[in-house]
Amino acid sequence: MKKHDRVSFMKWRYLRQSLFFGSVRLSALIIALALLGIVAFLIAHGYRAITWDFLTLPPTDSMTRGGIMPAIIGTFYLTIGAIAIALPLGVVSAVYLAEYAKQGRFIRIIRIGVNCLAGVPSVVFGLFGLGFFVVFLKFGSSILAGSLTLGILILPTIIGAAEEALKAVPQTFREASLALGVSKWRTISRIVLPSALPGVLTGAILGVGRAAGETAPIMFTAAAFFTAVLPQSIFDEVMALPYHIYVLATAGTHIEQTRPLQYGTALVLIALVLGIDLIAIVLRSAVRRKKRW
Amino acid sequence: MTSRVREIIIKNLFAFLAFISVLLLGLIVMFLFREGLPIFSQVSLKQFLFGTGWYPTYTPPEYGIRPLIVGSLIVTVLASLVAVPFGLLTAIYISEIAPARIKEILKSVIELLAGLPSVVLGFFGMVVLAPWMQETFDLPTGLNIVNTSLMLAVMAIPTISSISEDALYAVPRDFKEASYALGATKYETIVKVVVPAALSGISTAVILGMSRAIGETMVVLMVAGGAAAIPQGLFDSVRPMPASIAAEMGEAPFGSGHYHALFATGIVLFIITLAFNLFADYISNRFKEEGSGTL
Repeated sequence: MKKHDRVSFMKWRYLRQSLFFGSVRLSALIIALALLGIVAFLIAHGYRAITWDFLTLPPTDSMTRGGIMPAIIGTFYLTIGAIAIALPLGVVSAVYLAEYAKQGRFIRIIRIGVNCLAGVPSVVFGLFGLGFFVVFLKFGSSILAGSLTLGILILPTIIGAAEEALKAVPQTFREASLALGVSKWRTISRIVLPSALPGVLTGAILGVGRAAGETAPIMFTAAAFFTAVLPQSIFDEVMALPYHIYVLATAGTHIEQTRPLQYGTALVLIALVLGIDLIAIVLRSAVRRKKRW
Repeated sequence: MTSRVREIIIKNLFAFLAFISVLLLGLIVMFLFREGLPIFSQVSLKQFLFGTGWYPTYTPPEYGIRPLIVGSLIVTVLASLVAVPFGLLTAIYISEIAPARIKEILKSVIELLAGLPSVVLGFFGMVVLAPWMQETFDLPTGLNIVNTSLMLAVMAIPTISSISEDALYAVPRDFKEASYALGATKYETIVKVVVPAALSGISTAVILGMSRAIGETMVVLMVAGGAAAIPQGLFDSVRPMPASIAAEMGEAPFGSGHYHALFATGIVLFIITLAFNLFADYISNRFKEEGSGTL
């Protein structure tokens, strides 16, 4: 190779690198802008709809005016129900996977099961909820059926987060406790779980965010187009924020007229969901920074 | 002794509770089949899968879901064409190039993007992208394959990016150092050493991203336009499987052929995503990155 060729080859190698780095940075930037753009757009169009009345009054005039209070309450109930089901089950599963199970076929089957459950499409959860909770167990379209369906949907998220939190607890903690003659269960319940609590909590919060935003699983199991009164028991149907957006945007006869309500509802939903996610993210990084071990 | 007994009881109880996830998966399969299989007394499996007419409310009804399957596949493949490069490049940026602060922020951004409710993305596609597309390209409707694929890509990018990033991050430092020591540039190291070493994780990421896209419901329900016909062009409307299920289940009388056909569509969707997930699980186990020794 002549000297001139070698120089231009080196130049080409660095040019290629700059081009690549440029496109890598650009794609990261575009993704960040996509999130920002969507959020900013909804804020710009939705903020005018957000009034005290909008948040505290039920819809009126066949859902062309009024507020979204029943949908907020419904989403609240469904989410609380989902986490009440998924959190204990998820944490116990994670404790088994991280603390008790030994490598083998049984644990392999559980892991595949959890992974596959995580991949089931949300609409299929809806079908399952309809077939099992609504029809077979005769819960009807209700808070109970919807919460159970959402609970199963977020179960893999909770298991994953809780297991990660348990694995981050140093082995020395367990050994110190066991060396003092403390039983395994006491070691887990008094030492390991408290140390893992912030991580578990982060997972739970992310699960809440996910449950609050899902639409397809509650369409056939819990969500009502419109309810005149607030739910009286867990066997009542409820309105829910995500379903309310869908209904207003697609099913009404006054789609254009209710546009501001749609933007307002969408803004409330993303403020709720992204706010919840943000709490989880901040909590996690605070925990990581403060970690004493 | 009582403490020993208690330990054993707790262990087995926890094992059972952990096994509930598997039982739930089994229950899902059981109830999908219970409600879906009756359709095959009215239509053969071949007619169901390959029939081109989806007219569940006509008399006599037609239950051919080929247009729905084709719709699902097209939007998924197109979404992946967008999401894979974006997701992978962003993962490379986060894992290999970005300064620590930007890295933290970007990871949070991607997590928030993953948390964005799909109904909000569907709404955005419907009220923003669709009218713009219709006007700019002078189309009969903005609710079409391209719009849907773009929105689905937004849903798939976080999955692809975060799993790829984990895989890239797990590549041992020695690999990179060996490559630099041989005089390779950072670009050459990333493309010829780091990415190939993380390939199994990246493949898993792509498969799971596609699985997320094909199962996504609200976006395809609101943005795909809903035409149950095999599309002739990229600006045609389609009716992917999840959209059909979500849109029609409310109106299908309980126990009718239509009701069973929608559950059977759910079975097809479930089997496709299950295959994707098992394949991803297989790849990540078969080609586990276990340090320098395995390469």
